[in-house]
Amino acid sequence: MGFPTASDAKPDTSAARACGRRQDALIEILHRLQERKGHLAPEVLAAVARELALPPSRVLGVASFYHLFRLAPPAPHRCVVCLGTACFVRGGPALMAVLERRLGCRAGGPPGAAGWALAAGDCLGACGLAPLVMADGQLLRDLPLADGEALASRFTAAGLP
Amino acid sequence: MKGRLLRCCDASGCRAAGGRQLQAALAAVPGVPPLKPVGCLRLCSLGPLVADDDPAGSVLYGGLCPAQAPALVERSAAMAEQRISPDLPFLALQRPVVLETCGLVDPQRIDDAIAAGTYAVVARMLERLSPAEVREQVRRSGLRGRGGAGYPTALKWDTVALQPPGPRWIVCNADEGDPGAFMDRSVLEGDPHRLLAGLLIAAYAVGASRGYVYVRAEYPLAISRLRRALEQARATGWLGRGIAGSRLDLELEVRVGAGAYVCGEETALLASIAGGRGTPRPRPPYPAEQGLDGAPTLINNVETLAALPAILREGGDWYAAMGIEGSRGTKVFSLSGDVRYTGLLEVPFGLPLRTVVATMGGGTFSGGPIKAVQTGGPSGGCVPAEQLDVPVAYESLRQLGTILGSGGMVVLGSAVVMPELALYFMRFCRQESCGKCVPCRAGTMQLEQLLERFVARQAVPADLERLESLCQMVAATSLCGLGQAAPSPVLSTLRWFRQEYEAACGGEGP
Repeated sequence: MGFPTASDAKPDTSAARACGRRQDALIEILHRLQERKGHLAPEVLAAVARELALPPSRVLGVASFYHLFRLAPPAPHRCVVCLGTACFVRGGPALMAVLERRLGCRAGGPPGAAGWALAAGDCLGACGLAPLVMADGQLLRDLPLADGEALASRFTAAGLP
Repeated sequence: MKGRLLRCCDASGCRAAGGRQLQAALAAVPGVPPLKPVGCLRLCSLGPLVADDDPAGSVLYGGLCPAQAPALVERSAAMAEQRISPDLPFLALQRPVVLETCGLVDPQRIDDAIAAGTYAVVARMLERLSPAEVREQVRRSGLRGRGGAGYPTALKWDTVALQPPGPRWIVCNADEGDPGAFMDRSVLEGDPHRLLAGLLIAAYAVGASRGYVYVRAEYPLAISRLRRALEQARATGWLGRGIAGSRLDLELEVRVGAGAYVCGEETALLASIAGGRGTPRPRPPYPAEQGLDGAPTLINNVETLAALPAILREGGDWYAAMGIEGSRGTKVFSLSGDVRYTGLLEVPFGLPLRTVVATMGGGTFSGGPIKAVQTGGPSGGCVPAEQLDVPVAYESLRQLGTILGSGGMVVLGSAVVMPELALYFMRFCRQESCGKCVPCRAGTMQLEQLLERFVARQAVPADLERLESLCQMVAATSLCGLGQAAPSPVLSTLRWFRQEYEAACGGEGP
């Protein structure tokens, strides 16, 4: 973490105010701040702790507990391979292996080619279309697992490097 | 019904299949009949789905693309291929109770829910029944908690209702986290007012006047529809003070999770509602005695609550007449995996599992034989092909070493390697372990490492013993259901597919 810059100096208190500074609304407040800022930086968490009169350890404890809260800036692009049970039994892991090779990065690790990060996703809720990949919010379905070339061209068409 | 109407499935599954583009294309066709966005029409794998209603009957179409919109409106002969027969077992064998108006009503309009009679049940209850009489109807229905544990609903209600006088809370557990389960999401997306009616019934029965619906953050469409339903209910006097002119008060708030499977455990859920880390605590005291703010708190699952309006309307005995001893009524399942027809189905308890997966599901998608059916998610296990005649019910599945769970049903074809599946679920549990108790935190990690050896075919026979004894230990000593049930997929696959583990014991060891 670096020194706060001038623009960070004024903490955003609107999320806490919108929730009536209720301590039990901590998770909701963190959701709102992450939506606005992309991630939860240390100074953002410190400001929340002040606003809600909570120990900073409590705020960091909650922010680090839940998988959906990001404590570091997200990668510019994100490719999610659904590994819900349905996608798992219909070739999800094989898709993941193909994408790990293509993007040159590991699932859940730092981004690879052209800033694309790869992640294993929980059930995306479209089990009838399994296996699924979500590339920057775009849903890829009916992927031809058995045909490597056709698969590669589908990924290219979706903008994957 | 007056004229023609096109009901367009607007649930997550059909949206992912292009349902919204189809609706936009339909709306642009000149002379299109009224369009009505509705909840899940069940057959997700053939989405996007549209039901074409007219006074003569209803025809369901699937696998539509926007270019076909004019043909659909004109009912051109070319549409015959897209027609889904109502005799298809997947549809014909369903018995909708919880889902009786899901797919018929517009989930975003309370007037539609009112016209369907969803709230009339509540009004009649407030006029004619005492809270004790409501609990009696639910006792007669034999309803058990649909979240997975199967605790008798009326017993839980009595525990809350019979606590010393004072405030009581009601909480709806909508933190549906099992991979491969989407029953609760379908209710929230397709018929949120039925859930609200269920909450009103339960709140009245136990004397609760405030509550929360805790929804997982991964369900954005469900959250927005639920929030909208709450606003509409407040604006029309179905939430707030003096509901429908009675003495019933109920204030409800939506709380959104942040991605933690363990929050489906009731004490972890309460910790999360209070804005903390979602870690469970030892019970007793049970939340029914001491929950939010130390007050008695009723926690029921979405499907449990959504079953209540039909139970009160038709009577507890009517509901109990469906199903079998110990498992009364109907259950909603989400069928997925290596199966031809994927989607949402509601059937009476007691139906053979084979009927659900082979007849309704149409067998495997890959074309081979069914190897097993996984139920109960990461807390459950597998029913092998030779046991598929088991009736679908709480006790019968337990005897086979799995659980009914919340209703996720994943069909496994011959390509699935059981130690890999066990590793998949163990990895899930290790990631989702909250870390509070050692058996779960360290045990899931060690079990994962052991299973990795089997998957790499580098295990030694002693690893099999270690695997079994560690499973027993983690199951017996973990604090909450997550850890206690984490070994279940391993134990279940060991029971039915032990040879696959033994075959992996060819290695030199670490």
